[in-house]
Amino acid sequence: MILQILRSETNSLQSYTLEEKETTLLHALMEIKKTQDPTLTFTAGCRASVCGTCAVRVNGKEQLSCAYKIQDGDIVEPLNYHPILRDLKVDKNRAKETLVKSTAWLHSAKEACSSPKDEKLTERQTDCILCNSCYSACPVYVVNPDFLGPFSLTRAYRYSVDKREEDVKGIIDNVQTNGVWDCTLCGECTLACPKGIDPKMDIMMLRGKSLQYGYTDPSLAQQSFGEPNFGFDPNF
Amino acid sequence: MIDVLVIGAGGAGLTAALTAKDAGASVLVVAKAYPTNAQTSMAQGGMNAALSNAGDDTVDAHIADTIKSARGLCDERMVETMCSDAPHAIAWLDSIGVPFSRVETKESGIKTVAQRQMGGASAKRACYAQDYTGLKILHTLYDTCLKQDIDFLDEHYLLSLIVEDETVKGATFLDIRTGEVRQIDAKSVIIATGGYAGLYHNYTTNMTGASGDGIAAVLRAGGAISDMEFVQFHPTALKSSSILISESARGEGGYLVNNKGERFIDELKPRDVVSRAIFEQFKQGYEVFLDVRHLGEEKLMELLPQEVALCKLHENVDPATQLIPIKPVAHYSMGGIDVDHTMAVDGIKGCFAVGECSNAKVHGANRLGGNSLLEITAFGKRAGESAYKYASLASIKPASDTQLQQDKNYLENLYSKTPTENFYDKREALGTLFYEKVGIVRNNASLNEALNYIIDTQENLGNMGIADKRKTNNTNLTDFLEFANALLLSSTIVSAAIARDESRGAHYKEEFAELDDEKFKNHIVFQWKKENA
Repeated sequence: MILQILRSETNSLQSYTLEEKETTLLHALMEIKKTQDPTLTFTAGCRASVCGTCAVRVNGKEQLSCAYKIQDGDIVEPLNYHPILRDLKVDKNRAKETLVKSTAWLHSAKEACSSPKDEKLTERQTDCILCNSCYSACPVYVVNPDFLGPFSLTRAYRYSVDKREEDVKGIIDNVQTNGVWDCTLCGECTLACPKGIDPKMDIMMLRGKSLQYGYTDPSLAQQSFGEPNFGFDPNF
Repeated sequence: MIDVLVIGAGGAGLTAALTAKDAGASVLVVAKAYPTNAQTSMAQGGMNAALSNAGDDTVDAHIADTIKSARGLCDERMVETMCSDAPHAIAWLDSIGVPFSRVETKESGIKTVAQRQMGGASAKRACYAQDYTGLKILHTLYDTCLKQDIDFLDEHYLLSLIVEDETVKGATFLDIRTGEVRQIDAKSVIIATGGYAGLYHNYTTNMTGASGDGIAAVLRAGGAISDMEFVQFHPTALKSSSILISESARGEGGYLVNNKGERFIDELKPRDVVSRAIFEQFKQGYEVFLDVRHLGEEKLMELLPQEVALCKLHENVDPATQLIPIKPVAHYSMGGIDVDHTMAVDGIKGCFAVGECSNAKVHGANRLGGNSLLEITAFGKRAGESAYKYASLASIKPASDTQLQQDKNYLENLYSKTPTENFYDKREALGTLFYEKVGIVRNNASLNEALNYIIDTQENLGNMGIADKRKTNNTNLTDFLEFANALLLSSTIVSAAIARDESRGAHYKEEFAELDDEKFKNHIVFQWKKENA
């Protein structure tokens, strides 16, 4: 079985031949590093889909290496929109800054009577392992590198519906710029998430909440209804 | 100069960092990966606290269960402290936003937290968040660190502690991205680098990075480490991949059966007892399975969604309709850096340790499920407080660059040599050796064979080294450094296991099958004494 991996030094695909058997990509990468090529560089951790370390793209789609079973001819590349450090290893710092900008934490806590129903409200969102697959799949980054992005907005949403949060507005205020309105609702993030999280839905919910707090969709606000305007539309 | 340097960014490190910062210290958290990559994310089942949210429970019962499971090797005062702190620890986690599973109640706060049964517990005591308890605690801690503006330095691999006059002055790190060695001076250091069960390569639930880096650094720097022979085997890892299936699967009513379909042990006994019972079945030629079919698909998806997915992916088994093939594998290291009641490291002033890397003597010879997440939170706070107090009175005289130069030379030497042996093969061999000879059931003949192998391998370490000579982002190098640490610690584990001619908790020796309090109710400690000291 042949696996093709993008090598950063040459910026080209390198082929590795592996034994024909059912195996995870992570296991294959470790086998290559051990027996064929110690310079092949990737990151990994738990092997159990929970540490968020090993996401890559296989045939253009985001996958956790530890949860993907390889097939002959697979093309393995690093995540999109992350500076490549070496081979499949990327720099996640810039992506993680979006968590700070979106202030995705409990702003002002109060004791609450949380029920199993409340738990369900954020159960899926809090399964997030910060693997950055959704960030890599998001086409908004082609045009706006400052977009807060799916995982940060999902996390902001998770805190905004937490019964313990007294300052929901504090969160909503911080997801307006480069935030909820910049999403195109294409749903690529939802397809990419290995944990079955639906950031697109969370962003739509945040939009609803934003309207409740008096925010409006800036693309609507800038539209001119008075006279025909055939000029440049920055939001098109 | 930084007041508190935290090394390691799992649950223990983040809790310590938040506490020290809250007290007023300047804090820097340095780790070899990103914070949320830490092994805390893998803790599934729960975190113990006597809250009585699911039937009657008391702190005293929690203390008694923990002491009983520790088989005489714990510090009862530390156990009392941890168990009494537990309800406060849950309250704190609840206040920062941990999304615990909840119960239907009219009350509020921690009285709403759901609790489940774990092995060795006399009540439903483990607070949980589905089967993602560690993940959700870790991520909430991380979010809170971002909120509190904690400084992080990612992808820095700990090389050495800088110790002068038996006092810690900081540490040296390999910046994995640039390949540079750098020194970080600090008034106090908290080590929270995790355990060493990863050295049972291929026979462990741990990540390969669980190589005991901080413990090895303390040993090299003259600090004490203890109880290294006590490694917990988790009864239920998936047979082919060693991936963990949480104890909560049994807590929720799962059975263990052999291939005749017979149950052979009370599934809720402590882990050491259950692991040995499974091992006994293997010896008789049986295979062993976890059977959760009777719980039904709906309940499984509600309580154990992660386990269901992992079984399907890694074992091609649907737990709702099929038996899950399992084997016990190395899961948790009870031993580690010897610390006192303030989490201060024995032998190095100003240095503290917390979490799995430390031996705070609360787990003794066998840890109870649900007590490790408790330990990292309750004692993480203590470590943060202690380090802050120490730093406020500590000297601000920076360290010399002696250690830095030494570490630079070591790495330069590694780069200059061409390896003649592949350390990845040795890493695998060490894992198999440990599973077979330093495993669930031990004997002195096998342990001595293991020790000889380790000594040989240590002597040959100079022939291994790195084949990848690039300076930046060299994971061949970090893999090697981890292997060297695991190899260093492996000799302490085996030596202590040889010395302990008795059976106690996770350490079971065939020819000495009984507990011998007269000779062995004590901790085996390793400490390198400097010559001319």
